[in-house]
Amino acid sequence: MDTIFSVLKNTWDQICADFYANFIDGDGWLLMLKGLGVTFQITIFALIIGIVIGFLVAIVRSTYDKTGKMRVLNAICKLYLTVIRGTPVVVQLLIIYYVIFASVSIDKTIVAILSFGINSGAYVAEIVRGGIMSIDEGQFEAGRSLGFSYASTMWYIITPQAFKNILPALANEMIALLKETSVAGYIALNDLTRAGYTIRSRTFSAYMPLLAVAAIYLIVVVILTKLVGILERRLRTDER
Amino acid sequence: MSAECLIETRDLVKSFGKTNALNGISVQIQKGEVVVVIGPSGSGKSTFLRSLTLLEEPSSGQVLFEGVDITDPKVDVNLHRQHMGMVFQHFNLFPHMTILQNMTLAPIKLKKMKPAEAEEKARALLKRVGLEDRANSYPAQLSGGQKQRVAIVRALAMDPEVMLFDEPTSALDPEMVGEVLAVMKELAAEGMSMVVVTHEMGFAREVATRLLFMDEGRILEDTDPREFFAHPNHPRAQDFLSKVL
Repeated sequence: MDTIFSVLKNTWDQICADFYANFIDGDGWLLMLKGLGVTFQITIFALIIGIVIGFLVAIVRSTYDKTGKMRVLNAICKLYLTVIRGTPVVVQLLIIYYVIFASVSIDKTIVAILSFGINSGAYVAEIVRGGIMSIDEGQFEAGRSLGFSYASTMWYIITPQAFKNILPALANEMIALLKETSVAGYIALNDLTRAGYTIRSRTFSAYMPLLAVAAIYLIVVVILTKLVGILERRLRTDER
Repeated sequence: MSAECLIETRDLVKSFGKTNALNGISVQIQKGEVVVVIGPSGSGKSTFLRSLTLLEEPSSGQVLFEGVDITDPKVDVNLHRQHMGMVFQHFNLFPHMTILQNMTLAPIKLKKMKPAEAEEKARALLKRVGLEDRANSYPAQLSGGQKQRVAIVRALAMDPEVMLFDEPTSALDPEMVGEVLAVMKELAAEGMSMVVVTHEMGFAREVATRLLFMDEGRILEDTDPREFFAHPNHPRAQDFLSKVL
């Protein structure tokens, strides 16, 4: 009995010491907090870029599908989708940093935001296109028959409905994006993941920094998922 | 051609691939007429109606609205559509807006009407069709007949010169057909110009001032409705009537 107790006590002491060494000593917690901030920063701005690109591409693509107009733009959009979705995000990040911005001195955070934004745009575009195509053709005809132009019908009638329909998918994209930014360390950006890694190389703790990083991602994702659920329920009530 | 001619089509053809939905339709619709278009399914009557407002773009031929060729690519069809009300089989109300918003969107955005003014007008129209208490409801909360009545007044809110109805009662439960037809009859009695594609033979006989019988993309009879039901001339019309009456 005593031995079990002392083993437990030893383990606990070990964990406490580990925790202290990793997060308190040398302000490890601050490093991780800053890292989380960088992760949020990249995610939020990349998502905004992604949504803007995504909506533009989706509108071009669905206009082409519906009317056959914008042939050239549609071809460009298709190329963009193929290239971005056909290559890994890390490779895109490295190319943008080391090739496109090679000779320009630019904040690494901006490079990351651009890379992840451009990447996310491709996925958002297909989500939005699905949303637009899922709206009944009759909605379109009703708008046009009242005298709205193609663009106004899109703006006032189609996109608000499409946006509501795709909100869950968009939220999933945001959550995926948040996790994907963990490769930002490839261009030596101190995001959450890299903060954990830095602490690990400083303290040589095998598990704790990585587990902490994982726990923080998990908590953030769970909270985001909950928020999206609330928002979805809100949006749905006005139709009942 | 009289100055009262509202809509004129000249040799209208619409083909989907190899099949022709419209085979050269030339017709003049005068102001104040209530024209009912009947015919077997696939006869092209809906395509004809939809092509009047260019929801269906004709493959060849012209559509003139108040003397203007709206099939001319230089003409802004959106402006002319503001003067043509369209009512669909499936209502096509905007589900993300209240009834009032459904009715005021186009007047506010396109006619630059003041929101308060548009709302007042919408409420008056809703009152006419007995739905003033549903102004703040969403379409999903309404019955089919109520939705179609809202769709009619939504189109009326733009003060159209003509109302086009594409099988307005075909998607309704039988007990709701009457309330929609009543609104349409009232409109006709007030002198609204109307073109109605329908299967309601009673409405055609009682309300219409003119009847077009279509088959295979052609107008086979263009006549007085009472005359048509009493003495159909064309064999296809006789056959059709023997099946539906």
